[in-house]
Amino acid sequence: MGELIAFYLLAGIAVATALAMVITRNAVHSALFLVLNLVVVAVFYLLLGAPFVAMVQIAVYAGAVMVLFLFVIMMLGAERVGGTTGLRWQVPLAGALGAALIGGTLFAFLRAPAGLAPVGSPPVPFGDPAAIGERLLTTYVLPFEITSVLLLIAMIGAVVLARDSGPEGK
Amino acid sequence: MVTLTHYLALSALLFGIGAVGFLIRRNALIIFMCVELMLNAAGLAFVAASRYRGLLEGQLTVFFVLTVAAAEVAVGLALMVAIFRTKRTTNVDELSGLRG
Repeated sequence: MGELIAFYLLAGIAVATALAMVITRNAVHSALFLVLNLVVVAVFYLLLGAPFVAMVQIAVYAGAVMVLFLFVIMMLGAERVGGTTGLRWQVPLAGALGAALIGGTLFAFLRAPAGLAPVGSPPVPFGDPAAIGERLLTTYVLPFEITSVLLLIAMIGAVVLARDSGPEGK
Repeated sequence: MVTLTHYLALSALLFGIGAVGFLIRRNALIIFMCVELMLNAAGLAFVAASRYRGLLEGQLTVFFVLTVAAAEVAVGLALMVAIFRTKRTTNVDELSGLRG
């Protein structure tokens, strides 16, 4: 029962922050609402027995990625950009399509018989860093290494793209 | 009792909100944040399914998605800085240089 109350409370916060992120006019407020949303999802990860993923979520997503977002928003002065859209009909259409998407997904989830089963209690050492690390470096060592190469490529790409030395630069 | 369906429904709701935001907002940075919201909603579904099945693979998938998302954000924001340098805007409606 307590778990259900916690779930609904956190779900309310998650949905409210997601909506606020989409609605608010100030890009900095948007980013801060997204940080709150990411932290709430990290708490869900903890409830689901995934402490490692939860901590990675807070450190990488809510920490590093969102700080990068805030840096860029403030550097570009993009927080002032208003909401005058060129296509008036797009907002109601997007709302209708989004509602249809949510409705269709909910229908698909709610009619699945397996979906109604309770979330079972997991085996005790579930999702702790040791178990995940062991799995990453044995069964999934190839994707793990590919990820490191991908991060290197992304780093070089970001440096090349954001470098300020065009023909009119230095 | 919190069931898998609860988590999947919440995940669908967050994903839908992110998709609508992606369509209606014109600031490229906020559009980017909506993409992050959708990725995050999918991650929640993955971890919930992982718990339901008792398998670790769902959490590993989320871990990989997180790393790829971090790389994507780094490159995407660098692109946005580069676009802002030439066009002086982050409004996607004004970035129509490729329109015929």
